[in-house]
Amino acid sequence: MKVAVQTEPFDLNAEVAALYRANPKVGAVASFLGITRDVNAGQGLAAMTLEHYPGMTERALERICREAAERWPLLDVTVIHRVGELKPTEPIVLVAVAAAHRGEAFAACEFIMDYLKTRAPFWKKETTAEGGKWVDARESDETAAARWSGSSQDRGNSRGS
Amino acid sequence: MTLTLLYFARLRELFGTGREQADLPAEVSTLADLVDWLRGRGGVWAEQLAEGRAWRAAVNQDMAGPETVLNEGDEVAIFPPVTGG
Repeated sequence: MKVAVQTEPFDLNAEVAALYRANPKVGAVASFLGITRDVNAGQGLAAMTLEHYPGMTERALERICREAAERWPLLDVTVIHRVGELKPTEPIVLVAVAAAHRGEAFAACEFIMDYLKTRAPFWKKETTAEGGKWVDARESDETAAARWSGSSQDRGNSRGS
Repeated sequence: MTLTLLYFARLRELFGTGREQADLPAEVSTLADLVDWLRGRGGVWAEQLAEGRAWRAAVNQDMAGPETVLNEGDEVAIFPPVTGG
């Protein structure tokens, strides 16, 4: 398992390759890439600043990955979240999950993102020509995370690769 | 009881600090008591931590609810709902 919170960009191909290259049991890698959107739709150059809680953020991400590994038979997980100032089109978060089959890889990847959105201490601030504004949390993110509180058997059963 | 208090994001900016050491009176024993005590400072503290405002808290880097009992030296963080990803 790899969890990193960093200002530097990451290399998607290298991170995904690291999950399967050394392990011939891996039959599927599902990856999610979150991108900084242009919140300002062309009215002046917008940027996003990400703040986190050093120590707790890493612990929260590790806990979410462990929970995923308890629900599905995973072979490896990588979560990288960037902090600091990010411009539109820059990747902000990577979640990549390696498993024997696609079902558990897809399900665990979505689970980790849903939990990350509601449980990992990160905060976004948008900066536009008009100034800075903290992004409000969305109810739909809580709803997405709450879907997982039932049985994991509902989703992501292995169906062969 | 002395605690380390941390504030993040919008609350850090509005409170004008990200970190403080607080010496608390004996009647403060839970997270709910601590928040009541902070509201007693008035101004932005009373406003931002008022009933019905959305905020979250962690004690020693684990998410914590109002009933959480606080101990000498604990690190208590108060912050807005998270918006990462």
